[in-house]
Amino acid sequence: MSAARRIQVHVLRHNPRDPASEPRLQSYEVEEAAGMTLFLALTEIRERRDPSLAFDFVCRAGICGSCAMLVNGRPRLACNTLTKDLPADITLLPLPGFELIADLSVDTGRWMRALSERLQAWLHARETEVDAARIEEPMDPDLADRIYELDRCIECGCCVAACGTAQMRADFVGAVGLNKIARFSLDPRDARGDGDFYELVGDDDGVFGCMTLLACHDVCPKQLPLQNQIAFLRRRMARAGG
Amino acid sequence: MSSSARFDSASAPGMAGRSSPWPARLDLLQSGTGLLLALFMWVHMLFVSSILLGNDAMWVVARFFEGYFIVGRRVPALVALTVATVAALFIGHAALALRKFPSDYHAFRTFRSHMKGFRHEDTSLWYWQVVSGFALFFLASLHLGTMLTRPGRIGPFESGDRVWSDVMWPVYLVMLFAVELHGGVGLYRLALKWGWFAGPDPNVTRRRLRAVKWTLTVFFVVLGLATLAAYVRVGIGHADHYGVPYTPSWIEVPAP
Repeated sequence: MSAARRIQVHVLRHNPRDPASEPRLQSYEVEEAAGMTLFLALTEIRERRDPSLAFDFVCRAGICGSCAMLVNGRPRLACNTLTKDLPADITLLPLPGFELIADLSVDTGRWMRALSERLQAWLHARETEVDAARIEEPMDPDLADRIYELDRCIECGCCVAACGTAQMRADFVGAVGLNKIARFSLDPRDARGDGDFYELVGDDDGVFGCMTLLACHDVCPKQLPLQNQIAFLRRRMARAGG
Repeated sequence: MSSSARFDSASAPGMAGRSSPWPARLDLLQSGTGLLLALFMWVHMLFVSSILLGNDAMWVVARFFEGYFIVGRRVPALVALTVATVAALFIGHAALALRKFPSDYHAFRTFRSHMKGFRHEDTSLWYWQVVSGFALFFLASLHLGTMLTRPGRIGPFESGDRVWSDVMWPVYLVMLFAVELHGGVGLYRLALKWGWFAGPDPNVTRRRLRAVKWTLTVFFVVLGLATLAAYVRVGIGHADHYGVPYTPSWIEVPAP
């Protein structure tokens, strides 16, 4: 049996709250284990080598979106990226476009909350009074599936980090924002029409700012159909605005 | 400023009133002008490549667009009119596309660094689309200006003279690659942008579109190189008679 591969993990270290901290790459050697994920490799480094290493995780199952980072330049979730699928030299950087907390930890939460507020990304019910006892209107199962498909977004920030437009233009809502609007525009329970959604994303910070680089589609860890959804939204918004 | 502060409640819709319809219109116009220019580019290449079938074939094509076979005489103003239309589309498209260019050097550096670190094909292709678009702004302007001011100087010998004796072949060589790259990638992106040919699996659609794009790009680049070589050959052979227009042997009275 061949010896286990030894991988070099190069991590960007920086704490913006420490005035003495300068961004630098720190390297760690890790012995690869069967089925090892990047999350496990980072945990081993933190537990055995360097307890000061900062990175985020919650679910360890690709559901919470906390552990997104740049892995050799590509946004990925550390928890569902196997080290065996990567070269022996692995460079890890924090997701660009978000506030850096420290090392690989970024504050996607504040960004996503501000986005949701700006895009009013919640169901705007037709009724102002909620009757909890009333049975909901039935929904076509195919439509429910289409809405659920878009609702699977975990707001990990990979699409924003991968998007050249979002990197150049800080106010661009990114695929995560456009996907939210596509999701609510499908929902018959939402009282808003295309004119209302145009108010939200009918400009160059919204769907017309998208340059169709499609990196969002390619890196989405949930494999959301962003390519088709953004095109769908662009057609609807072009009709609504034009 | 923290990147998290970029969205604030003051920018929430509903507070600023009805949004302008112009972003939608400008997006449609950018796509529309790009589509027309890319299709024109391909048709133009097919007509120009008629030189590969011989001098007579190219002469017939050139005279056709001057209305020679309809009104019985050459009307170069018709060519100038077509050139002016294309120039208007070109200027409009360039102005609209400028909105998408990096707004300053910092944005340019950010994109370059992102592209180099990420190594994502469609992201890199956009960069080359910007570079080729920038090059075309000068090269195509030069070509359109020449055609607009000298619309009657199109023909096997006339074009051969321009390519060789007027030393325009380096311009056309660079322009060939720039225009085929820019137009090919542009049409591919246009199809994805608006969801044309979208099937149930977006990855399959993209793979097929990419294959079609590269096939067409290679075809038109090869056709363009062969065509340019043919004009160079004609130009070299005609260098001693620079300025003398071509007249087919079967034309008894040379076209005025």
